[in-house]
Amino acid sequence: MAEKNEIDEFSGVETTGHDWDGIKELNNPLPRWWLWTFYATIVFAIGYTIAYPAWPGISGASKGLLGWSSRANVSADIAAVEASRSVFAEKILNMELAEIEADTDLLQFAIAGGSSAFKVNCSQCHGAGAAGGGGYPNLLDDDWIWGGDVEQIYLTLQHGIRYDADEDTRFSDMPAFGADEILERSDIVDAAWYVRQISGQESDAEAALRGQTVYEDNCAACHGDNGEGDHDLGAPNLNDAIWLYGGSHAEIVAQISRPQQGVMPGWAGRLSEATTKQLAIYVHSLGGGE
Amino acid sequence: MRYATPAIVCGLATLIAFMAVGFGQDDLFRAHMWVLVLVMGLATIVLMRRVQFAPAGKVFAKIEIDQSAYMDDVIRYGVIATTFWGVVGFLVGVVAASQLAWPVLNIEPWLNFGRLRPVHTSAVIFAFGGNALICTAFYVVQRTCRARLWGGNLAWFVFWGYQLFIVMAATGYLLGITQSKEYAEPEWYVDLWLTVVWVAFLLVFLGTLVKRKEPHIYVANWFFLSFIVTVAMLHLVNGLSMPVSLLGSKSYSAFSGVQDALTQWWYGHNAVGFFLTAGFLGMMYYFVPKQANRPVYSYRLSIIHFWGLIFLYIWAGPHHLHYTALPDWAQTLGMVFSIMLWMPSWGGMINGLMTLSGAWDKVRTDPILRMMVISLAFYGMSTFEGPMMSIKTVNSLSHYTDWTIGHVHSGALGWNGMITFGALYYLVPKLWGRTRLYSMRMVNWHFWLATLGIVVYAAVMWVSGITQGLMWREYDPQGYLVYSFAESIAAMHPYYVMRVFGGVLYLAGGLIMAFNIFMTINGKLRDEVPLGDSAPMSGELKAAGPAE
Repeated sequence: MAEKNEIDEFSGVETTGHDWDGIKELNNPLPRWWLWTFYATIVFAIGYTIAYPAWPGISGASKGLLGWSSRANVSADIAAVEASRSVFAEKILNMELAEIEADTDLLQFAIAGGSSAFKVNCSQCHGAGAAGGGGYPNLLDDDWIWGGDVEQIYLTLQHGIRYDADEDTRFSDMPAFGADEILERSDIVDAAWYVRQISGQESDAEAALRGQTVYEDNCAACHGDNGEGDHDLGAPNLNDAIWLYGGSHAEIVAQISRPQQGVMPGWAGRLSEATTKQLAIYVHSLGGGE
Repeated sequence: MRYATPAIVCGLATLIAFMAVGFGQDDLFRAHMWVLVLVMGLATIVLMRRVQFAPAGKVFAKIEIDQSAYMDDVIRYGVIATTFWGVVGFLVGVVAASQLAWPVLNIEPWLNFGRLRPVHTSAVIFAFGGNALICTAFYVVQRTCRARLWGGNLAWFVFWGYQLFIVMAATGYLLGITQSKEYAEPEWYVDLWLTVVWVAFLLVFLGTLVKRKEPHIYVANWFFLSFIVTVAMLHLVNGLSMPVSLLGSKSYSAFSGVQDALTQWWYGHNAVGFFLTAGFLGMMYYFVPKQANRPVYSYRLSIIHFWGLIFLYIWAGPHHLHYTALPDWAQTLGMVFSIMLWMPSWGGMINGLMTLSGAWDKVRTDPILRMMVISLAFYGMSTFEGPMMSIKTVNSLSHYTDWTIGHVHSGALGWNGMITFGALYYLVPKLWGRTRLYSMRMVNWHFWLATLGIVVYAAVMWVSGITQGLMWREYDPQGYLVYSFAESIAAMHPYYVMRVFGGVLYLAGGLIMAFNIFMTINGKLRDEVPLGDSAPMSGELKAAGPAE
């Protein structure tokens, strides 16, 4: 058969004698480098399966000569990290927040841990940089609704705000002055002009004068005579330029008429006490802490 | 009465679908059956308008179909369907990529990323790739067996049945009907339909092989047959599920937990192995030697790499589940089989590229051959990258990142796309009896746009994937994670924008191809200076007219 087959003119190689729709085949051998590389991968594969868990049997698989196990590796990694943190973690758990902040090393550690926990648990609402937005408070400024010292921040973190599942949650409920027809529409409009005035924004002086009476009768009890707010009641400060739901006249009118009430979950029981403490210290360290 | 039987069958199917609307157990199923009513109703109307009746008292003269000639009409339809679905698939890809770059483009609920993404993957893999495979398999098997397709009009059933599968799958995704299995999203009733169509495909192919007039079976047909058989097996096993109701859209998989994951990735990996590799190698083994007009480099290599590929590929799926609940031993086996797969995969590239020895000069002047060469180059690159990414230490960085997306696209755009374009450009003039394509210069434009698009896409995904991987695993000295997940997403934005650009280039190439094929079918020839001719002098350029 061999001598009968056609020789390809260009390569001088014999063809196999087949012809399919004009397609012929050369009878070249397997490229040497290809074959040896193929053998090498097979040898590697066999060696690897001896070294690592691989061969399945009836009641389990071979463990491999190296004794490698992905679960054991992960456990060892986690244990190593926990061991390296154990001294600091212990201290953070047992010390007062103020004491931790006074110790430079502990403070640094707490901020690192708090920052990491913040990215996983808090950034979804408050933003990766903690700048908040759209009804979620900015944590970088010095305007605090429920108090901005480290203990207050810790309490807020533990119990949340208007969080039904926690009896100790922080709770405030501003009346819906418009929706529940407590005030006339015109009074609400005037009061909003007054709030604009005390927060140093452009306002309608005449309306604001009328609004002052409305404010003193209905709002001052919680928000204070000068709009300074009250941490104990969770009443926001109204005389600065920081607004949770917007500071335009229309937005203030909307908030008085039918207030939006934000909710924050409590983290006690979800995050460890040490982590919550680190979070409180981290948030306190962001610059706006009292 | 030609067309009478299919018209009656379609009419009955419309009626049954209409009843399914009435008795459907959930809103989604009813909506999906309305789609079926619409499609089958349209088919019925089109077929009824074509039915020819014999004049009264006369026996209708049978239209003679030359049973000795090749059955090429169905292939012509296949070429058009491939081109159409290709453009659709690339377009949806560009839209999905834009949605990742600019989330505002997510139009809820039907056109959000979650629903468009499977439309994109199914459109390019199963609609574009599947139609390309079916029509080239039909073309190649007839010519290399010197036999007409077996089964008469069964080939037509395969073609139209497959289009129906595509339409039902895609509309299901948009409605929100999904099995949530990657690349196997269609629900149980669409899966069953595909099974029927696929068995018919197998029968046509096998029947043609059996009645061949050649003594031996050509290597391209080994690959096509292994593709058809294995895809049938994968589809049946991974699709095993229990419908909630026989008139409902929801089903539950027969597998759960890690067994489900392993079955899914046994399916998913071998969809790549047998649909996108073996099937397209079949295409390569016919069209490359034909276009180069050279003998295949090595018969022996084709045998060894075929069996190596078939045997090794099927075990490599667990490498998709590194560092998961899958037991370590299964992960190890997935990895080592992937590494052993390297050379059998490369056998196809070597045989393709070495076939060009003696014809390399043609690559300079023939953009169709150039497309085939670059597809083999991308095939070689992807089949090296794949085993490399299956190595556990590499995978711990690359897994779940855009690197995987880049890898898939260098294979899909580079290998599958380019070899298909080459085959289509080869087929169109042959099938429609034209002397040449409308324009070879447009093929050249398509080549460069597509190549540039792939390079941009793959390079950008490498950078973004490795960036992602590094950001996810970065720890500070205290052992805390440095970046939040959202920060890693924000860092991807520029890459996602660049990816859209790469996709637009590829889509533009596809549109040029569609235009070129359309004009060729219409019998037009563009008046142009042939490629490879020395450029005319500036004075001659004007005289030559609208060449460029």
